[in-house]
Amino acid sequence: MRTADLVTASFLMVLGGVVVFDAVGLGIGWGTDGPKSGFFPFSLGVLMIAACAVIVMQAARRAAARPFVTRAQLGPVLKVLWPAVALVALTQWLGLYVAAAFYTGFYMRWIGRHSWLAVLAVAILFPLATFFVFEKWFLVPMPKGPLEAWLGQ
Amino acid sequence: MGLKTALALVLVLAAAPAGAAWEPTKPIEFVVPAGTGGGADQMARLISGIAEKHKLSPRPIIVVNKSGGAGAEGFLDVKSKKGDAHTIIITLSNLFTTPLHTGIPFSWRDLTPIARMALDQFILWVNAETPYTTAKEYIAAVNEKPLGKKMGGTGSAQEDQILTIQLEQALGLKFIYVPFKGGGEVCVNLVGKHVDSTVNNPIECASHWKAGRVRPLAVFDTARIPVGEWKEIPTVKEALGVDVHYLMLRGIFGPPDMPKDAVDWYVAFLKKVYDTPDFQKYLGEGALKPAFATGAEYVKWVEGNEQLHKELMAKGGLLKK
Amino acid sequence: MGIENLFLGFQIAISPYNLFVAVIGITLGTIIGVLPGLGGANGVAILLPLTFTMPPTSAIILLTSLYWGALFGGAITSILFNIPGEPWSVATTFDGYPLARQGMGGQALTAAFTSSFVGALFSIVLITFFAPLLAEIALKFGPPEFFAIQLLTFSSFVGLGGGNPLKSLVSILLGFILAAVGLDIVTGQLRMTFGFVDLMKGFDFIVAVIGLFGVGEILLSVEEGLSFKGVRTGMNLKVVFDTWRILPRYARTFVRGSFIGFWMGFKPGGATPASFMSYAFAKRFSRNPERFGKGELEGVVAPETAAHAAGVAAMLPMLTLGIPGSPTAAVMLGGLIIWGLQPGPLLFKEKPDFVWGLIASMYTGNVIGVLMVLAFVPFFAAILRIPFAILTPVIVVVCAVGSYAVHNSMIDIWYMVIFGVVGYVFKKLDYPLAPLVLALVLGDLAENALRQSLIMSQGSLAIFVTRPIAGVISAVAVLFFVLPVLTPWWRRLRGVPAIPRATREI
Repeated sequence: MRTADLVTASFLMVLGGVVVFDAVGLGIGWGTDGPKSGFFPFSLGVLMIAACAVIVMQAARRAAARPFVTRAQLGPVLKVLWPAVALVALTQWLGLYVAAAFYTGFYMRWIGRHSWLAVLAVAILFPLATFFVFEKWFLVPMPKGPLEAWLGQ
Repeated sequence: MGLKTALALVLVLAAAPAGAAWEPTKPIEFVVPAGTGGGADQMARLISGIAEKHKLSPRPIIVVNKSGGAGAEGFLDVKSKKGDAHTIIITLSNLFTTPLHTGIPFSWRDLTPIARMALDQFILWVNAETPYTTAKEYIAAVNEKPLGKKMGGTGSAQEDQILTIQLEQALGLKFIYVPFKGGGEVCVNLVGKHVDSTVNNPIECASHWKAGRVRPLAVFDTARIPVGEWKEIPTVKEALGVDVHYLMLRGIFGPPDMPKDAVDWYVAFLKKVYDTPDFQKYLGEGALKPAFATGAEYVKWVEGNEQLHKELMAKGGLLKK
Repeated sequence: MGIENLFLGFQIAISPYNLFVAVIGITLGTIIGVLPGLGGANGVAILLPLTFTMPPTSAIILLTSLYWGALFGGAITSILFNIPGEPWSVATTFDGYPLARQGMGGQALTAAFTSSFVGALFSIVLITFFAPLLAEIALKFGPPEFFAIQLLTFSSFVGLGGGNPLKSLVSILLGFILAAVGLDIVTGQLRMTFGFVDLMKGFDFIVAVIGLFGVGEILLSVEEGLSFKGVRTGMNLKVVFDTWRILPRYARTFVRGSFIGFWMGFKPGGATPASFMSYAFAKRFSRNPERFGKGELEGVVAPETAAHAAGVAAMLPMLTLGIPGSPTAAVMLGGLIIWGLQPGPLLFKEKPDFVWGLIASMYTGNVIGVLMVLAFVPFFAAILRIPFAILTPVIVVVCAVGSYAVHNSMIDIWYMVIFGVVGYVFKKLDYPLAPLVLALVLGDLAENALRQSLIMSQGSLAIFVTRPIAGVISAVAVLFFVLPVLTPWWRRLRGVPAIPRATREI
């Protein structure tokens, strides 16, 4: 828990530094008609650095009690996280609907051990339903890939 | 007949039947580089609706708002879709002002010009409860004390501020320019007396005028608006003796290198939309200047307008430093 | 404003065709409300072209019904999955989701829908009888007043959370920083974009919320194993009637929420801050504030009442002034023009059948809406019975679709995943998420209003004191900021133990 606290606070401090850097470029003063563009970001950045510095000190003085995440907890978390990341990556290549079909099917089979019939039914019907709701009813275009191009959508 | 010729023949036959022009084969994405509810958004949705109502397009037209970075998001998105025949964009003056002020890597030359639909007017408005009945009286009041009157407008370093600076420089005045997020909000702040005057487009203030809450003092054009009650409003030249005029583009562009036959289809399509009674009624109600133009005429106008914006923004100190 | 006008309106609104249109609108709206990222504004914009062939009154009934549906629907995913379907449902997740995890999803949904209806009814009655008067009051609100309201929302909310105050501060700062990314409309300069096109549009509130609350919560809850907890709810309508028996207890929260919602709603962007403020007030005035955040029904009642009251109130400036009180109203306004109606002050005089038909349809639409969603409560609650391995990918895909739909941009789906991880880490390290979200939604609005005010006053802060309305609201806001400091001191003065609440904690 202590290490995670230190890492997070340090990261946020760096972020604060980036904000301050950008704000200085924009002008941090108080012009004739009120504050300039960088005035608020600058104060936010400085406050952020200060607050995180105190958090780092508090955390450093504290003994490392329990771990941020146990191995038993991390397993299931990653089992949700990495397929989700894969879904987004696949969406970029294959479009959302095809990626969603693979993702849903894979997840059902891998985690749920559902029968192939159920897997196929959900993996095909769910993206298809999404397609009709978004592309046809609500006319909201989603990212599409080679399959949709081939089908002339 | 060699194999190559045979293949070529097959390809020709497989391609679109001779004489049949290009038509959209999937939904058309209509990008609006501004938020929902504004003038550009209204016109885009009107075009989409008219196409639906009169069955002018075989595929639906889907309006997508990409307003980030004063429209930069929309322009850069369309710029990245080189050769795409199913994306078009409607532009307002931020076509010029956004790249000039923020320095984003974009110019209208990146896009394929399709058609100019209309030009939007600007009017100098004051609250109807103020004693100023002519532009002269109001300007005299502004002159009494430097920085004594507040001018409201949409955004910063965009058309409203350009126009305000033009007015200031022509008459040697100084307003306090207060930027708001959209034209409707600007006019309501005038009705609520939070600002003293605005340079709203006619349609943004029209209903408040009819209700007797605001008063138009002058039109920023070389001639009066020739429709309805708008005819009563003098031009800035008539009212103040200085020639300050400005019109805003409502035009349609396509992505870079849009295929020629697709451009032709959109030109014909937009002409049909333009000629519908619905569109003409909209132009009349909003006091928009009918100005349909395509091809070389359109390009020439845009070129001239770009030059104008460069000069105006340089004079106003609004160019990217 | 006469009763006879309203009567005329009802004759129009209850024609079979218009009732049918209302049912269609509410159904579509509820779906839109459930899907995060698809807001009422999208829904209305999408249906707008279809309305050109309808009579204007039926067209506006379709669009407003869709809007009521979206207002009702926003609560469903907030309660069941901790994913706010709409920005104004964020505060509903605070207690609605814990309730669902305790197996009381049905009760939470019933409370949410009923509160929405009460809030809506309150606003509609006010609009019916006082529309022109209220429009005049709305006009008095310029940038300084608007800023004062933002300040009040914020001050009512700070000091509510426990835990490390420094971490709350960091959370707020991060929200404000994210809100500042993109174009600064006051100067037209780009901030914190570092030349990246993807940063120019800034961070959308709804994307951040889907990630932080939705994805983050899934990650957190699976730590104890790959399943969802405490989701067995009764599958019949009895739960609705049982919950109704409890709800009258929260009469004061209903009234307070309605007032807050109506008052905030007639200014643009009001529903979301109103829901937060109403939640904060409910907690402050509650006899059991420690129960909030752990599954208190009142914590669902408060934000939903205010959100729906505000959503209805947003119609008022559209009808009377021709300015939109919300993005959805903005699109409807475009619709009015296309149908050939001139929105604004004269609409009441020139088209009474349209205006009063619309107002009457607000009553019928909301009655139909609440009956429809309540009838489906058991069905909604049963969604949680779907096996984990099917529900998880479906939720993740819906979240991705929602994030994409906001700007039609792929990068937003990546942001969603990143915000999900941030939400998980922050929650584990006790950084509160609510202040971050509130700062993100208010940051932009508040900074703009403040700087517009300062331009108006040429840099003088006195503008917030000298204008009466702004002065009063600012004073109340400051009072709320110092209240947490003053309260212990005041108690000691009266000889009351400083922290009596700790003793009552269960």
